[in-house]
Amino acid sequence: MQASSIDIVWNGRASRMRRRRLVIGSLLTLVVLLFALTLMLGQTFTPPGEVLRVLFGEEVQGASFTVGQLRLPRAVLAVLTGLSFGLGGAAFQIMLRNPLASPDIIGINLGASAAAVFAIVVLQMNGPAVSVFAVVAALGVAMAIYGLSFRDGVAGTRLILIGIGVAAMLESFIAYTLSRAPAWSLQEAMRWLAGSLNGTQTSQTLPLLVALFLFGGLLLSRARDLDTLRLGDDTAAALGTNVAATRIIVMIAAVGVIAVATAVAGPVSFVAFLAGSIAARLVGGNGSILLPAALLGAVLVMLADYAGQFLLPSRYPVGVVTGALGAPYLIYLIIRVNRSGGSL
Amino acid sequence: MTTGAEGMRLLWLATVIAGLTLLLGLSVAVGTRSVGWSDVVAALGGASGTIDQAAVTVRIPRTLLAGAAGAALGLAGAIMQGVTRNPLADPGILGVNLGASLAVVVGVAWFGITSSQAFIWVAILGAGVTAVFVYTIGSLGRGGATPLKLALAGVATSIAFASLVVAIILPRADIAGGIQSWRIGGVGGATFGAIGEVTPFLVGGVLLALLSARRLNSLALGDEIATGLGERVALARATAALSAILLCGATTAVCGPIGFVGLVVPHLCRLLVGVDHRWLLPFAALAGACLLLAADVMGRIIARPNELEVGVVTAFIGAPFFIWIVRRQRVREL
Amino acid sequence: MITHTLAAKALSAGYGDTVVLNGLDLDVPPGRITAIVGANACGKSTLLRAMSRLLSPHNGQVLLDGKSIHHMPPRQLAKMLGLLPQSPIAPEGITVADLVGRGRHPHQGMFSRWSRGDDEAVAAALEMTKTAGLAERPVDELSGGQRQRVWIAMALAQRTDLLLLDEPTTFLDVSHQIEVLDLLTDLNHSRGTTIVMVLHDLNLAARYADHLVAMARGRLHVSGPAEEVLTEETVRHVFGLDSRIISDPISGRPIMLPIGRHRVTAEPTGTGAPLPYSSDNPQKEDHS
Repeated sequence: MQASSIDIVWNGRASRMRRRRLVIGSLLTLVVLLFALTLMLGQTFTPPGEVLRVLFGEEVQGASFTVGQLRLPRAVLAVLTGLSFGLGGAAFQIMLRNPLASPDIIGINLGASAAAVFAIVVLQMNGPAVSVFAVVAALGVAMAIYGLSFRDGVAGTRLILIGIGVAAMLESFIAYTLSRAPAWSLQEAMRWLAGSLNGTQTSQTLPLLVALFLFGGLLLSRARDLDTLRLGDDTAAALGTNVAATRIIVMIAAVGVIAVATAVAGPVSFVAFLAGSIAARLVGGNGSILLPAALLGAVLVMLADYAGQFLLPSRYPVGVVTGALGAPYLIYLIIRVNRSGGSL
Repeated sequence: MTTGAEGMRLLWLATVIAGLTLLLGLSVAVGTRSVGWSDVVAALGGASGTIDQAAVTVRIPRTLLAGAAGAALGLAGAIMQGVTRNPLADPGILGVNLGASLAVVVGVAWFGITSSQAFIWVAILGAGVTAVFVYTIGSLGRGGATPLKLALAGVATSIAFASLVVAIILPRADIAGGIQSWRIGGVGGATFGAIGEVTPFLVGGVLLALLSARRLNSLALGDEIATGLGERVALARATAALSAILLCGATTAVCGPIGFVGLVVPHLCRLLVGVDHRWLLPFAALAGACLLLAADVMGRIIARPNELEVGVVTAFIGAPFFIWIVRRQRVREL
Repeated sequence: MITHTLAAKALSAGYGDTVVLNGLDLDVPPGRITAIVGANACGKSTLLRAMSRLLSPHNGQVLLDGKSIHHMPPRQLAKMLGLLPQSPIAPEGITVADLVGRGRHPHQGMFSRWSRGDDEAVAAALEMTKTAGLAERPVDELSGGQRQRVWIAMALAQRTDLLLLDEPTTFLDVSHQIEVLDLLTDLNHSRGTTIVMVLHDLNLAARYADHLVAMARGRLHVSGPAEEVLTEETVRHVFGLDSRIISDPISGRPIMLPIGRHRVTAEPTGTGAPLPYSSDNPQKEDHS
């Protein structure tokens, strides 16, 4: 064996690792930076020293309320929901080998929010019970979509279209449920349905943290096997991956983490879709996109929420900002995929 | 046998007309408020003294609008399916409705348009631009505009536009009153004035459509064969598409985006009267009117005392149908 | 190196309710090249998929070293048996070296890092397939023949004793077809890898295979050395085609010459037996 070819291999891998570390490192830094920024900047500017003191539990005149009660819970939830959506979205896109097969497009987010709306409005449920309900419903929707699109295997475009059909039905269902609940004004409902971090409390952080830990951990543990699925079911099986088991585990974990995040913040449009697709472009073929997508999701949610609150001419909930960003990107992606001759 | 088939078609036609008449009556008599028969009759005669009679009076333009809109959408759907040879074509699925909606929203929010005439023109413009846009995207790449690719381009555009509509409208408390109607269409709040404004456009669209019926028959055989038969394919396509755009745009301007009527109705009609567009188009119009009237009546009954927009009901009925058709598509067509 | 044996016993398999394979027996000779041929829909791909565990049989078994493969953990099986399926998918933008590296997946557990051994396997695979020079190029930019070599390299990096290939030459230019078949022969000779491939070109199969298997309608029709298998009777039974078998002057193996209704002259070189018919020329042809 020539020494040069093993060097080529080693160098190639080293440079891929470097690029991957660079991407993840930058994203992590960005997350921390944005977190710090959102704690400091708002209607008023709180200097970093005071922020730190509040974080350590001190009572600081003027800052304790703003930072401790208003900004901190919101920032934490922004990060957690962003991580959840990014993770879940990427998992689906990898598993279904298609950036458009994102849970927010194929109706899984809607399944969770339909359940959440139903639980809150009709069943008068609250707190973690809503999240559990949402998870179960979202899983049901996911299985229904998968089952409906199964015909000698799953074809990408068919699954996406069926998912969109299911999404349309779920939207009808949500509209119907809301029509029976005059207490919620239509505009308020629209805000929640677009995805909003308004009025979030620390009580909601814990279930999300648990879900992220549990489901996210499950996903990351399967990252390698999940990645082989990108080569096609047959090749993945030939490489020793248990395709069916991996699919089921990944689906449950991804749906789980997304459903809980949706129950807390509403279905924040397009975060799952954007995080997954952009992460895939940044990382290229170099290893699993799960972690980068999760971090990117956190970045997106924090940025969008901050922009929606302070940087735009009027107050927008985070979901509307991400929706406005995701819309052109979605079209751009279809153009790109069609042009490159890829069959979806 | 021709006479046998002709006979069947006439029978179905009579059935649909009967159904339509029944639904028209039902739409006036039934609603979110239960009203006695004497009041209904009195209101139809012009009286509007009591609340009940007034309620019925309001239902009359609503009924007319639902019928007209349903006819327009059913017809537009049949035309779109004929022009694109795509069983999945529907003004909602191809994003045309939301394109019209977005155009109006932009017009109102950013350009301060208020006249309903302007609404209609803007909506038609939006519908046209979107149709071209979606068709272009869907045709890129291998295989041209296959049914699945076109549908995917259409729904992606719909989703994208829907987000933009929400983004533009949400902070505008002044127009947010009508906020929901720009995402999901409904016939509530219909007035004779609005119907009057939109009628010339609908009539124009219908005429153009009926004139295109024979051309659509040729187009169904494929571009090459149609040309061989002496049809000017591009012109035929353009006129047919124009009629569909007129119909969708005008309807969306007044009602908001109502989906799935254009999908379901032509398929059902084809089962009953076959694929000859000279029968199919008028039938689709009548059946579309029936469907929308039925959906509206349902929407008023099941959500009492509130009402459910007609677009919500059609989505709930139409989506499973859509899923069923998608399942039947052979993926090899990609 | 241990040579693993692969065999199918009374194998019945299919998709859904359709039965494609009907009680098929096959013993794959270890350390040799086996080619499976047959008409479309005779079940050759189904057989390969069943033998690589992509498909669960309705009846019968596939035995690796005498043990059923159906209860083996997937990773363990993947270390012994490699498969190149018909339409593998290369993720967008993936480089050659990265893709070939995926072949090490069965050898890497959940938490293991890349070892020197892994790198060596990849490098060796690249060298053997002569794709080392393409290592950093994206796979989607390569030609058909190059891409196929890269997929084979990935299977090679798996370092398996058995390699199954489902129509590895079907969409390639003839020069690339020969390239791939020569590569597989190199592999067989240098490493003793047992190769089983489904080929649609009968003549290339006859040339390159040590063991030729002809299938028809879900059953094994005949198997053995090419000289025994490639006969006019076999071609008629398996493909429904009349033919003449002569000796290929390049390789000495049999070569099949198809006989259709047109373009058939009266004087073939070879056996000299009279032709069944010749519709172009009812009389002796005028060679002008």
